[in-house]
Amino acid sequence: MRVAVLRGGSSLEHGVSLRSAARVEDALRELGHEVIGIDVDRELVSRLRAERPDVVFIALHGPGGEDGTVQELLEILGLPYTGPGVAACALCMDKVAAKHEMRAAGLPTPDWAAFNATAFHQLGAADTLEEIEERLGFPLVVKPASQGSSLGVEFASSRDEVPEALVAAFSYDDRVLLERYVRGRELAVSVLDSEALPVVEAIPRDQDFFNFEARYEIGRTEYVCPADLDAGETRRVQELATRTYETLGCSGFSRVDLMLGDDGPQVLEVNAIPGLTDTSLFPMAAEATGLGFTQLVGRILESTRLRHEAATSGGRSA
Amino acid sequence: MTDPRERPEAPGRDEAPRRRRAHTTSRDLERYAGLFARRTQVMRSSAMRDLMAITARPEVISLAGGLPDTSTFPAESFAAQMTRIAHESSAEALQYGPTEGFEETKHCILEVMAAEGMAPDPADLIVTTGGQQAIDLIAKTLLNPGDPVICEAPTYPGAVPAFCSYEADVHQVSTDDEGMRIDELEELLSALAVAGRRPKFIYSVPSFQNPAGVTMSEGRRRRLVRLAREHEVLICEDNPYGLLRYDGDPQPTLYSLDGGDYVLYLGTFSKILSPGIRVGWVAAPPPVLEKIGLGKQAADLCTSTLTQYFVREYFGEGRWREYIDDLIEIYRDRRDAMLDALERHFPEQAEWTRPEGGLFVWATLPDYIDTTDLLAKALRENVAFVPGRAAYVDGRGGSSMRLNFSASPEEELREGIRRIGQVVSEQVELYETITGEHRAAPEADEGVEGGGDVVPLPKRS
Repeated sequence: MRVAVLRGGSSLEHGVSLRSAARVEDALRELGHEVIGIDVDRELVSRLRAERPDVVFIALHGPGGEDGTVQELLEILGLPYTGPGVAACALCMDKVAAKHEMRAAGLPTPDWAAFNATAFHQLGAADTLEEIEERLGFPLVVKPASQGSSLGVEFASSRDEVPEALVAAFSYDDRVLLERYVRGRELAVSVLDSEALPVVEAIPRDQDFFNFEARYEIGRTEYVCPADLDAGETRRVQELATRTYETLGCSGFSRVDLMLGDDGPQVLEVNAIPGLTDTSLFPMAAEATGLGFTQLVGRILESTRLRHEAATSGGRSA
Repeated sequence: MTDPRERPEAPGRDEAPRRRRAHTTSRDLERYAGLFARRTQVMRSSAMRDLMAITARPEVISLAGGLPDTSTFPAESFAAQMTRIAHESSAEALQYGPTEGFEETKHCILEVMAAEGMAPDPADLIVTTGGQQAIDLIAKTLLNPGDPVICEAPTYPGAVPAFCSYEADVHQVSTDDEGMRIDELEELLSALAVAGRRPKFIYSVPSFQNPAGVTMSEGRRRRLVRLAREHEVLICEDNPYGLLRYDGDPQPTLYSLDGGDYVLYLGTFSKILSPGIRVGWVAAPPPVLEKIGLGKQAADLCTSTLTQYFVREYFGEGRWREYIDDLIEIYRDRRDAMLDALERHFPEQAEWTRPEGGLFVWATLPDYIDTTDLLAKALRENVAFVPGRAAYVDGRGGSSMRLNFSASPEEELREGIRRIGQVVSEQVELYETITGEHRAAPEADEGVEGGGDVVPLPKRS
């Protein structure tokens, strides 16, 4: 097959995308496919029209590549692509919308309040901070509504720290959310074709929270897969992940990030296109089931093809 | 079935030779992690590097670099010099050279050092692969794990990884508009002495410092040199920009004040000719130089002979001072354009240095703004700078940024500063809206005493 791998892009996760793509491209070549690496830019559509790939592998992370934008273009061009569709991507990238969906479906997610900058500038939102702080308690988490990889995630342990955390989070997005902090274990459940893979637990070595740098560096965070949970806990966490994946309309694959606190698991967010780098959790989870990276890429490609066939034979794809 | 990697194939479009990367598993990573030396744990790549990768996009106005402008170097004379080398010295220029560098290169170095009032013995010189290698070799020669090293706060971001890779215990001394705070240095030296520890060297960029743009006053230079003698501590004087002075009076180098006993002097052709040629040097007392030479042998045997030939040819034409004068004209206008734009577009809560030379301005924002986060916002407006934290080993510098004015034309500098000023103003306004207070700008620490972590400066008028 001729497989186009989309990489780079203008999001802050550009570098991660290049690392994901490099690995995917190697795997595709190993599987005997013809690889067309495409750095996404203004030429994307004309490049895709000229190359006419059989499948597009989206190795993009963050706004632009993971939020439904590129997916929409590929729908219009009629090209099958890996990972979730337009609607699911848009929903996952918007943490606030995703949380509303989860809450409506009865899925546990930490309590939150969300604002855009206008709310502060024009609607006096600052006056509600006290109520919000009371409701969510300290420490609380402040994060941009639409960034992956914990960029811009801030922790405020007291009232004084909230304004600074808000200013930092607003550097990444025009909309931010304040969220109740769930004390507990940080878990990630990758879902492949609606099936939960073994749970990964992230244990930070030198800090009490999970930051962007630690996530992409060898040796700074310890990952345990499968996580040390009993069978019941594992099942509960995996079920929650799968239900979340389905509630948000994901397909192909995605990664659900959760916290396991005293009151059971709570979903933080869903990554529509999780990282595929050497240190990424999705490939790690696949490997724990005996699915090596190359086979994982092969399987993603196969399921993309099947989904596309089903969609085109059954009428228009969604 | 054959291993696909062994299958011969004609390289096609986008077809690189097969690499092994796809075979890396998380178990491999754990295995490699077990093999890494301890010092690699402090050699960190960072999220910032990812952000910096984005600054390379063509639509981004980057004030993040530290590049001299090489576009005005006359292409014809470059071509003529290289042609002459090819015709007259082809075999030698393509051969290995002596580890300490060619005598002819040293003559060029003596000319440059003489221009700043220094006259070392040629035997005290070793040619290095850029000034960066000089820093690395000095650290390699002098540091045992855990040895204290003292540098300025903020310090040259490229020096930090070099010191850390030899597991140095890096201490930073505050800087103000007269350079390193010698009173604080004295306290630190005493405190270390009480603990039975002696730093191996004090690293300083006394003129037009990278990143702060400040220049050490003559009084402090003399005190520093005296202090080093008293404590028998070496000074590592890094002076890449000394000849790029746009106004004010030249200051004596530490090397000339000391006579070269306790000062290891680092020079480079990077900012006065070309960073691409990678030619720098160290002037040091013979016993130190000998060890540095052994270190260099292990590192790369010798500095590029080809580019040393180029330096020789270039200096042979005798116009190197004129080229620097041209650069000074260009950079002075660019500095003025940046300072003017800062005045116009940065909010009153910000402050910044006014360098008399060099390549950088250091700006400090209210402490509630983190410049690493701000860079993300700036990148959305297609403009970039270096967040200040890179210049510290201890997490300070979070509200500062380094701005480079040598690498962009004036129009771009003005537009870049306008965009940064806009995102800063938005954040200031947001903070004030959220807190409901219009906080005064942070107090400028104008006194000599008191330990701020950023370069304190007079307020803008």
